[in-house]
Amino acid sequence: MKRKISKTFINNLITYAIVIIAFFICKLALSGDIEGFKMSRSLKGQLIPICVYIVMAVSLNLTVGISGELSLGHAGFMSIGAYAGIVASQWLGSAFPEANIDVVRLIAALISGGIAAGVAGFLIGIPVLRLRGDYLAIVTLAFGEIIRNLINCLYVSVEGGTLHTGFLLTSPLPGKKIIAGPMNTSGIDKLASFDAAFVVVLIALFVVLNLINSRSGRAIMASRDNRIAAESMGVNVTKYKMMAFVTSAALAGIAGAMYGLNTSIEPKKFGFDTSILILVFVVLGGIGSIRGSVIAATLLTVLPEVLREFGSYRMLVYAIVLILVMLARNSVFVKQILSIVTGCIKLIFKRSRRGEAS
Amino acid sequence: MIQFLSHIISGLSLGSIYAIIALGYSMVYGIAKMLNFAHGDVIMIGAYVSFSATQYFGMHPIASVVISVIMCTILGIAIEGFAYKPLRKATSLAVLITAIGMSYLLQNLALLIWGANPKSFTSVVGLGTLSLFGGEMHITSETIVTVLANIIIMIALTTFINKTKMGKAMRAVSEDKGAAELMGINVNLTISMTFAIGSALAAIAGVLLCSSYPSLMPTTGSMPGIKAFTAAVFGGIGSIPGALIGGLLLGLIEILGKAYVSDQLGDALVFAVLIIVLLVRPAGLLGKKVHEKV
Repeated sequence: MKRKISKTFINNLITYAIVIIAFFICKLALSGDIEGFKMSRSLKGQLIPICVYIVMAVSLNLTVGISGELSLGHAGFMSIGAYAGIVASQWLGSAFPEANIDVVRLIAALISGGIAAGVAGFLIGIPVLRLRGDYLAIVTLAFGEIIRNLINCLYVSVEGGTLHTGFLLTSPLPGKKIIAGPMNTSGIDKLASFDAAFVVVLIALFVVLNLINSRSGRAIMASRDNRIAAESMGVNVTKYKMMAFVTSAALAGIAGAMYGLNTSIEPKKFGFDTSILILVFVVLGGIGSIRGSVIAATLLTVLPEVLREFGSYRMLVYAIVLILVMLARNSVFVKQILSIVTGCIKLIFKRSRRGEAS
Repeated sequence: MIQFLSHIISGLSLGSIYAIIALGYSMVYGIAKMLNFAHGDVIMIGAYVSFSATQYFGMHPIASVVISVIMCTILGIAIEGFAYKPLRKATSLAVLITAIGMSYLLQNLALLIWGANPKSFTSVVGLGTLSLFGGEMHITSETIVTVLANIIIMIALTTFINKTKMGKAMRAVSEDKGAAELMGINVNLTISMTFAIGSALAAIAGVLLCSSYPSLMPTTGSMPGIKAFTAAVFGGIGSIPGALIGGLLLGLIEILGKAYVSDQLGDALVFAVLIIVLLVRPAGLLGKKVHEKV
């Protein structure tokens, strides 16, 4: 007797397969082995940001879709991860200047970014998860802005393996500046690579998909669907909501660390707009659908690049596309047309199968 | 002491602007149950319209304010009819994302029409400065007009909501949409009306904001928008006195925080106070507590 393979398992496999195939197609395009199949320069620069945004979208989907809490401050965790990662990698670099340990530095940056954001997520989660609905959304927004404001006043420099930190400074710190308040980070070693970013995407997918299909994941979803029923069944709602929130924050921190080691960043980058951008990925991809988040994050990061030929109309077109997609997804008229079309396709498939059978 | 007093006065002035914007947020949330993120950008459009009317067409400042109010009212109704009405039955998140798309759209339209460079907005009031205490304290005419406008708007709006038939319809729709419809209230018209009032207020707020802080850019509206929104939540979203108190407190905290704590941490302070208030009173200062039925 054949063991029945569960539907979710197949679904997850499809998600992994899409990501892995996309990675190899990108690799092929990067190598330029095939004539006429080459990646444009601007698209090449987008590869690591795409991976970062995929991780961000997947992690936010864990909070918004699986745990059911609207979070508007996800970019805050990203910035904590980014700055923690920068500090860790630069400190290691200056403490061991001789050793060639780029990979170790990258991994250390990712881990410390994840841990820092996870701890922040835990601390923020204590008050935030006491609230519900729109109020919870506002408080996450407020925390996102507070984090951005605090980092705006943070100064860190490194000198021969020792770190100097300062807050709200007027006089400059000794040594090499790493984080300079509201200014762009400069002189950071670009340790991020597309391969590493791809591995991070796989890890994020693995963590989130396995969490969803575990006992804890079911508890998280039960508390989302009906808090009272879940509580009366003995589910510790606060604990599981916190688990989802902290995991999501830690993954965002890892993504942020990767981002900070790729381009020069400034605190302004991680404001409300970025949080909203990631929320747009999640909602357009389908709330609760991890594969949807991956696809939406990829398409919407590439879209502004593709729209570059529109010149200054680029973001206008982006906004119009966004509104039209939302209208199309939710309007009754479009839904009816879609159901007719899918009905026709199903009918054709059935006919052809019947034809094969007979 | 005099310095403290002048901080209080500029805090009240900024708070009045927040309160007027917060009213728009609060009314729309109360009736349509949606966060209208494009509201901050309507403020910006209102300021730009007034700016263009005076700069390019040489109109009188007061006339430019009237034009700006009319344009923003039309814009508000158009946004609601085009983007939000088809989504009446959709999830609140879908509406939220559409509102964000609308906000991007307005910002980029403004960017195309007026360019990215900051425009220097000439105050529509311009009556000089009032000097008190032998010239030790200055109150600009903009400050006085802003506070007065806020008081007039609050009184007018409270009267409108409580005394007129339309106001009654609005209260009914915000209480229970279905029941209101059964009683013969035109829900769609009521919601459009709410957007019209909110956008007209946004135009006034935009002109007042740019009269006090004269740099005008396509992103001018977003930060005041977010802050006014927190002000609405602070006071209890859906409540008009709540928007007033929330706005004024937020303005005071911001100005005093910037003056006495740290210039750069003013915003962080505002949001920290918001978090503490929401933790102690989860429905805002004047919000009604909704009991959950099991």
